[in-house]
Amino acid sequence: MNIALSEFAPLSTEIFVLTMACVILIVDVFISEQRRIISYALSLATLLVAALISGSMLDNETAVVLNGTFVSDPMAALLKTCIFLITIGVFMYSRSYLVARGIFHGEYYVLGLFAVLGMMVLVSAHNLLTIYLGLELLSLSLYALVAFNRDSAEASEAAMKYFVLGALASGMLLYGISMLYGATGSLDIAEVAAALAARGEMEMIQIFALCFIVVGLAFKFGAVPFHMWVPDVYHGAPTPVTLFIGSAPKIAAFAMAMRLLEQALGGLSADWQDMLTILAVLSLAIGNVIAIAQTNIKRMLAYSTISHVGFLILGLIAGTTEGYSAAMFYAITYALMAIGGFGMIILLSRAGFEADQLDDFKGLNERSPWFALMMLILMFSMAGVPPTVGFYAKLSVLQAVIHVDMVWLAVVAVFFSIIGAFYYIRVIKLMYFDAPLSEEPLKPGAELQVVVSVNGLAVLGLGIFPGALLALCNAVLA
Amino acid sequence: MDFPLLSVLIWLPILGGVILLVMEALGFPDIRPTALIVALATFLISILLYTHFDTTTATMQFQELAPWIGAFNVNYHLGVDGISMPLIILTTFTTVLVVLAGWEVIKNKIGQYMAAFLIMEGLMNGVFAALDAVLFYVFWEAMLVPMFLIIGIWGGPRRVYATIKFFLYTFLGSVFMLVALIYMHLQSGAFGILDFHRLPLGMTEQILIFLAFLMAFAVKVPMWPVHTWLPDAHVEAPTGGSVILAAIMLKIGGYGFLRFSLPITPDASHALDWLIILMSLVAVVYIGFVALVQEDMKKLIAYSSIAHMGFVTLGIFLVFTLLDKTGSTQGAALGMEGGMVQMISHGFISGALFICVGVLYDRLHSRQISDYGGVVNTMPVFAAFMVLFALANSGLPGTSGFVGEFMVILASFKANFWFALLAATTLILGAAYSLWLVKRVVFGEIANDGVRQLEDINKREFTILASLAAVVLLFGLWPAPLVEVMHASVDNLLVHVSASKLPHEAGLALLGAGN
Repeated sequence: MNIALSEFAPLSTEIFVLTMACVILIVDVFISEQRRIISYALSLATLLVAALISGSMLDNETAVVLNGTFVSDPMAALLKTCIFLITIGVFMYSRSYLVARGIFHGEYYVLGLFAVLGMMVLVSAHNLLTIYLGLELLSLSLYALVAFNRDSAEASEAAMKYFVLGALASGMLLYGISMLYGATGSLDIAEVAAALAARGEMEMIQIFALCFIVVGLAFKFGAVPFHMWVPDVYHGAPTPVTLFIGSAPKIAAFAMAMRLLEQALGGLSADWQDMLTILAVLSLAIGNVIAIAQTNIKRMLAYSTISHVGFLILGLIAGTTEGYSAAMFYAITYALMAIGGFGMIILLSRAGFEADQLDDFKGLNERSPWFALMMLILMFSMAGVPPTVGFYAKLSVLQAVIHVDMVWLAVVAVFFSIIGAFYYIRVIKLMYFDAPLSEEPLKPGAELQVVVSVNGLAVLGLGIFPGALLALCNAVLA
Repeated sequence: MDFPLLSVLIWLPILGGVILLVMEALGFPDIRPTALIVALATFLISILLYTHFDTTTATMQFQELAPWIGAFNVNYHLGVDGISMPLIILTTFTTVLVVLAGWEVIKNKIGQYMAAFLIMEGLMNGVFAALDAVLFYVFWEAMLVPMFLIIGIWGGPRRVYATIKFFLYTFLGSVFMLVALIYMHLQSGAFGILDFHRLPLGMTEQILIFLAFLMAFAVKVPMWPVHTWLPDAHVEAPTGGSVILAAIMLKIGGYGFLRFSLPITPDASHALDWLIILMSLVAVVYIGFVALVQEDMKKLIAYSSIAHMGFVTLGIFLVFTLLDKTGSTQGAALGMEGGMVQMISHGFISGALFICVGVLYDRLHSRQISDYGGVVNTMPVFAAFMVLFALANSGLPGTSGFVGEFMVILASFKANFWFALLAATTLILGAAYSLWLVKRVVFGEIANDGVRQLEDINKREFTILASLAAVVLLFGLWPAPLVEVMHASVDNLLVHVSASKLPHEAGLALLGAGN
C-alpha cells in the first residue's frame, strides 16, 4: 500500500478540520472558564477556513485517492462548503443559549467539529466502509451532543433512544453492506456498480442487501416508517443540538444516498425507486398530518422535517440528474430554513425559560416586528410559498418528478403540502394575530440578531435570485 | 419605449412598502402621507400605460425581457395587452382609495397596514404584467401573504378563521395549477405564457390542464360552489381589504381564464364550456337569491359580487356557443368584451359599496342592516352616493354596471334563449337586493339613537366616493375608451381560441363525434 504524498491534497479540508478539532480540544483544557470564547472563536475560524478551502475545490477534477476509499469531486466540494456554512450558523445561534444555561463548554464545539468531520468523510466516501466510518463518526458525536446537558433527564432519555435506534439502523446498514460484499466481492463503490452491471440478472441477495441499505438510509433521513426517533430526539435534545441535528446532517444524508443508491446501486434503481416511493409518500402524509396536532414547536418542526425529507426523496426517485440536483438543492435550502426555524426558538428563550411551545410565539409582532418578519419568511419558505427559496426547492423537485412521467406523485406531493401549509401559517397566526403572553421586550444579543437576520434574508434573497445556486447544483452533478 | 414602465409599476409600490416598514420601525410620527404619495405616484405613472397604449395591435406592449433563472429557462418577462392594461390601472386607482380609506380608521400599526397594501399593489400589477409562468405564479402566490395578514391583523372578530380559510382555499387551487405549468414547461421547453399559447396539446392533456386551471381560477373568481371563502373573508376583512378583494383579487381569476385557460386549452374549454356556463348561471341565480336574505351588509355585497362575477365567466365562456352559431368572431367578441367591462365596472362599484359600508361601520360599529334605517336624514350626502352605487350595482343604464351586463345578456340571447332568460333574472334579483338594502338602511324613519347622532361624510370620504362615482358614471355614459383598448386583444384571442390545437386527425374525429 504505497500512498504518494500528492494523494493527500484532495483531503486537505479533512486534515485541516481534524487537526483543528484536536487543537481546540487541547486548547480548551488549558483556558479558564472566562476565556471559553477562545474555543468558540477558533471553531468558527476553522469552519470558515475549511469553507474557503472546499469552496476553492469546486472546479477541481474528480480524484479518487487512498486506494479508492476517498473521492474528491465537485459534488463533495459543494456539499462540504454548505455543511461548513450551515454549521457556522449553528454555532453562532448556540452560544448565547449555552452561556445562559451555564453549559458553554468547549466539548460542544469539539463534538460539533467531529460530527462535521464525519459528515465530510460521508460526503467524500468512495468505499462502503468509508461510508460506514463517516456515518459512525457523525452519529457518535451526535449521540454525545444530545446528552450534552447531562442534568436534563429529558435529554438523557432522548440520547438513549437515539443511540439504541441509531445503533440498530447502523447494524442494518452494515448487514446490507456485508451482503453486497458477498454478492459482488468488493466494497469499492465503482467496483460494486460494475459487478452489479456485469451480472445483469437479479439475485435474491442483491435485493436483501438493497432492503437493508434502504432501511439504514431511511433511518438516517428520518423517513416514515423509520421516523420514530425524530420527534423525541428533537424534543429532548437541547435546542442548539436540535438545531444541529436538524440541519447539516440532512445534507450529509443526501450525499450518503447519492453514493449508495445512485453510484453503487444505480443498476438496481428500478427496485429502490419503488421502495423510496413508499417512503416518500408515507413521509409526506404522516409528517404533514401529525405536525398539525403538535403544540410543541420543536416536535412540530420535527414532523415538518419528516415531510420535507419525503419531498427530498421525491427528487431521488426521479433518478435523473435533474432529480438529484433538485434533491441537492432541497437538502441545502432545507438546512438553511431549519437552522432559522430552530434558531428562532433560541432567540425567544432565555435562562430558565424554553420558548418551545407554539404559544410562546404569540404576539411576536407586537414585541419585535423585525424578528416576526424573519419567522414569517422562514415559515412561508417551509410551506413553499414564493418568493422564498422553499418554493424553488419544491418547484425543482416537482419538475424532476413530472419529467419522468410521475405526475400522480407530484399531485400527491402538492396535496400534502397544502395540509402542511396549515401548521406553518398557524405559527404566523400566533405571531401576528394574537396578543403576546408576556410584554417583556426581546433583547437578544447582537450576534443572535445578526445571524437571524442574515438567515431570514438569505431565505428571501435566494427566493428572489435562486438562479446561481440552482445552476451550481446542476453543474456539480453534470 | 425603453423606460421600464411595468417594472416601475411593480417595484415602486413594493419599495414604498418596505420604506414604510422601516419608517415605522424608526418611529416616524406620521407615515400616512408617504403611503399616499407612493400610491398616487404609482397611479399617475400607470396613466402613462393608457396614454402610450397602441389600441390597434394585439401584441404585447411595454415588453421587458431579462433572463432570471437560467436553470429552469425562466425569464423576467413583462408585457401588457388590452386585457391586462385596464386591470393594472384599476389596481393602481383602487390602491389610492384604499390608502385614503384607512387614513383615520386604522389605529393599530398603520405603517404595516399601508405597507401591506402597497406591497400587494406591486404584486397584483406583477400578476397582470407577467408573461412568464413562473413569474406569474410567484406574484400570484406572494399576493396571498399580505392579504392573509391584512385580514388576520386588522379584521373583525372571526378574522383568524376567515383568513386561514382564505389562504388555504386559494393555496389549494393554485398548487394544481403549478403542476400544470411545470407539465407544459416540459412539453414546450420554456416557461413563457406566449409559448404555452402556441403549444399543441392532445385532448386528454388539455382537459387535465383545463381542470387544474379551473381549480385555481374558480376559487379566485370565486365561482359557485367554491365561493364559500369569500363571504367570510369579506365580512372579517377591514374595509380596505374588502375593497382590494372585491375590486382586484376576484378579477385575477377572470384574467386567468382569459390569459391561460382559453388560449392554452381551447379545445378543452370548448368541450367543457357547458360546465362553466352552468356554474356561472347557478352563481347568477342562486347566489342572487342568497344575497337577498342576508342580514349583514358586507355579506350581502359579497354575495352580490359572486353573482356579478358569474356574469363575467358567463360572458367569457359564451364564445364557443357564439362561434358555433354565428361562425364569426365578431359576434363572439360581444360576450367576452362584456365580461371584461363587467370586471372593471364591478371593481369600481363593489369597491364603492364596501367603502360605503365602511363609512357606516366606522360610525356605528355594526354591519347589521337592522341596526340602521333613515340614514338619509342625518347623512344626506352619503345617502346620495350610496343610492347611486346601489343603482349601479343593479345595472341602471347610465352607470358602468349597465354596460357589461347588457353586453353579456345580449350575447347570451344570441347564444341560447334559456341562458339569456336565466342571466336576465339578475336584472330583477340585483335590483331587489340592492334596492331593498338601500330602502332598509338609507330610507325610512330614523331607526334609533345611533343613527340620529350620525355625522355626514367628511372631505376625505367625500373625495373617495366622489372619484368612484365619477368613474362609474363616466364609463356608464361613455364606455368607448374602455372597450377600445381591449378590442384588438379580444379579437386576437378569439381567432386563437377558434383554432383547434389538436393534431389534425384527432380534430377531425372530434368533429365527427360532435356531429
